[in-house]
Amino acid sequence: MVVDELTDTEVDRLFHALADATRRDILRRCVAPEPSVSRLADGYAMSFAAVQKHVAVLERAGLVTKHRLGREQLVRTDHDAVARARRVLDELEATWRGRVDRMADLLAGHDG
Amino acid sequence: MIVSVEKDLDSLSLTLLADFDAPIERVWQLWADPRQLERWWGPPSHPATMEKHDLAAGGEVAYVMTGPAGEESRGWWRVTSADPPRSLRFTDGWAHRDGTPNHAAPTTAVQMRLSERDGGTRMELRFTFESREHMDQLERRGAFDVFPQSVGQMDGILESNG
Repeated sequence: MVVDELTDTEVDRLFHALADATRRDILRRCVAPEPSVSRLADGYAMSFAAVQKHVAVLERAGLVTKHRLGREQLVRTDHDAVARARRVLDELEATWRGRVDRMADLLAGHDG
Repeated sequence: MIVSVEKDLDSLSLTLLADFDAPIERVWQLWADPRQLERWWGPPSHPATMEKHDLAAGGEVAYVMTGPAGEESRGWWRVTSADPPRSLRFTDGWAHRDGTPNHAAPTTAVQMRLSERDGGTRMELRFTFESREHMDQLERRGAFDVFPQSVGQMDGILESNG
């Protein structure tokens, strides 16, 4: 097993968090430098509260962490968690790459 | 050979295009003949046995994949529509140990289409899943154990994507 163990609940949160374009954009913006929640909110045509909600979803999914710097709350993307989610889609792809290879072999008559 | 794979995190779907150097009827047989389907569905380490195979609309497929230590994992399809040799739509789900569909478990919608192309056949596969369904599927199928050969590939993909 190379993939980190995730519980059903964690996986649920992860995909729910990633299935929204704004939240994925937040992840991109919070890699470096880490913005504060209020600066992040300036970048979107939505209320501060709405952006805060998106950040909270990402935080519960373990995709970002928040930490305090003075009076500001900085948001940081957890690269490993994002990579883990992508790996799940990559796994499905790998499964089907194997199947397509075997289909091609059968069509070519390679194994009987 | 695989032409393209598109992963869409928005709709949580994956679309795969593959071209085969064989007539469309021949490629359809890979799905329609259970003995041929068995030879590509599972990896060499976990061969599949089709216990039920009816590709008509409303029909069912039931299969078991057996691992090196004799461990079994069972699945089923429910065929939504079939238009031989051009298209097949089915729902892919998990089964209990006795082979009956586990309706409490999540399912994935699969659309398969075949078309003639440059004297060969193009296969388009589209998988749509909800978050929970997708991951459950992978976990239940034991994809992380069953497909170790994909690991190196996976890491490569991650590296190239930064």
